[in-house]
Amino acid sequence: MTMLTERELKKKSVQYRKDILRIIKESGSGHTGGDLSSIDILNVLYNRVLRVTPENFQNSDRDYYIQSKGHCAEALFVVLADRGFFPKEELNTLNKFGSHFIGHPTRKVNGVEQNTGALGHGLAFAVGVALAAKQDRKDYRAFALMGDGELAEGSNWEAGMTAAHYRLDNLVAIVDRNGLQITGSTEDVCQLEPLGEKFASFGFAVRECDGNDIAELVHTFGAVPFVPGKPSLVLAKTRKGKGISFMDNVAKWHHGVPNDDEYSRAIAELDEAESELA
Amino acid sequence: MEKPKANLEVFASTLLELAHQDSNLLVVTSDSRGSGKLAPFGKAVPGQIVEVGIAEQNLVGVAAGLAAAGKTVFAVSPACFVTARSLEQIKNDICYSDRPVKVVGISAGVSYGALGSTHHSLHDFAALRAIHNVTIVAPADNFETREAVLAVAKTEVPVYLRFGKKAMPNLSRPAEEFELGKASLVRQGTALTFIASGETVAPASDAAELLAKEGVECRVLSMHTIKPLDEAAVLSAASETGGVITVEEHSVHGGLGEACAALLLQAGKCVPFKIVGFPDEYTVTGGQVEIFKHYGIDGAGLANTARSVLPKR
Repeated sequence: MTMLTERELKKKSVQYRKDILRIIKESGSGHTGGDLSSIDILNVLYNRVLRVTPENFQNSDRDYYIQSKGHCAEALFVVLADRGFFPKEELNTLNKFGSHFIGHPTRKVNGVEQNTGALGHGLAFAVGVALAAKQDRKDYRAFALMGDGELAEGSNWEAGMTAAHYRLDNLVAIVDRNGLQITGSTEDVCQLEPLGEKFASFGFAVRECDGNDIAELVHTFGAVPFVPGKPSLVLAKTRKGKGISFMDNVAKWHHGVPNDDEYSRAIAELDEAESELA
Repeated sequence: MEKPKANLEVFASTLLELAHQDSNLLVVTSDSRGSGKLAPFGKAVPGQIVEVGIAEQNLVGVAAGLAAAGKTVFAVSPACFVTARSLEQIKNDICYSDRPVKVVGISAGVSYGALGSTHHSLHDFAALRAIHNVTIVAPADNFETREAVLAVAKTEVPVYLRFGKKAMPNLSRPAEEFELGKASLVRQGTALTFIASGETVAPASDAAELLAKEGVECRVLSMHTIKPLDEAAVLSAASETGGVITVEEHSVHGGLGEACAALLLQAGKCVPFKIVGFPDEYTVTGGQVEIFKHYGIDGAGLANTARSVLPKR
């Protein structure tokens, strides 16, 4: 993999945000807020961390990325297109009748490991993958991205116990901790804090980072496994709608679709961010 | 003749045989190795059993991940839990995602008769029949169980395999043949056909024996594969015999009986027909044999049902 510099990664994040907004605007549907909170994580994973490419995707020793928060499919599709898993034009079919590019990841899209969408499924699947690697004495890893709202699903905690029990230090669980879910603040809906302590008590080695800061993400993912013999948990503090001022940390953008004016303003902000990186 | 064993025991011993041949085969359990008769498996091949604790959703999710990474996986848990609590994992992680996990529902139906409805699985055929991409198998006896385990281990499709824990004598049948998706002929006859599945094939066979003494020769089919249904065998039964009685250790709603009824009606075959199973009520509790008898799923009860279905002579 060509090692992109942090500046290049930042440029990618701006481009990805533009792509996300464009396909959501065109299709009329998507999970804008979470796409924007998680896109920097996906960027760093696919461009810097994961040992997975279109060429090795069928190989049994690739790294696995599982998007448990399946509703942020647009972010995943945009990154997979950029990484060459399919032609970028295919993104234009998002949510169109008969398209494989639907509102949640499916294996019909090249590069997608597992069909997700119902919450609380990705971590258990990733535990299975990581366990298989351990059994076969292979060094591939499983990464699972979860939303914070979905952590109310008990199945995550079942899977967490199994991860620690089998000492799966080849498992990296990531929480996109943007603090908002469809109804409002996660702490008002069903209190998650102290979230890091909860995962630590379940046997995870926990590290917090700014999940919208490329340098911090590179540094954090570069350090996995944080503790040999323990699964890693990256508590990525993010902001829903990150990168667009009027979407930033606003719950209604969970699945808000920009109108023409909002779209123009958003793209203008991203153009400016791009020029600052030039 | 070998002493009859529970189908469960045959499952466990067959699986151990397979595990010795294939180190890639794994069993995943939810604190169910004892009830699954898998303790000897765990001792013999400890590296091939994965325990997840009492966490059925996790059982199925982890099994899907293991299968995705190339393992041949049998996920074993009581049928009542694995097909209810983890139905979403079966639907999404296995069937929708096309992961060829073999979900094994042990102590199915009313095997845990006296433990009450929490431990009964009379809904599982109905729930799973409505989900795309799963083969549903309920073997009748030790022979079918062994054949079914060998067959599903080789398939690349999601499977739900269910059986009980009662000792099941091997049925005598014209030919010991087994093929997934194809009904197995247990007894030939033309008066009517019992289409039964799982542990109800034996009482259906008993009923046919009783009726034969009255000169009424009934056909008995073991419909071990509930889905995909052997449509040809059902249609032939309707064409070649005087009626059809379906028998299942399941609710009368959504199981084998309704599958056959829908097939026959849509094929324009209106023949004398009866679904025998568990009525839509709070199921009585007790031993499995007593419960079967209560609902007419024994030789005498099924013979009576047959007499009511057969045209009066």
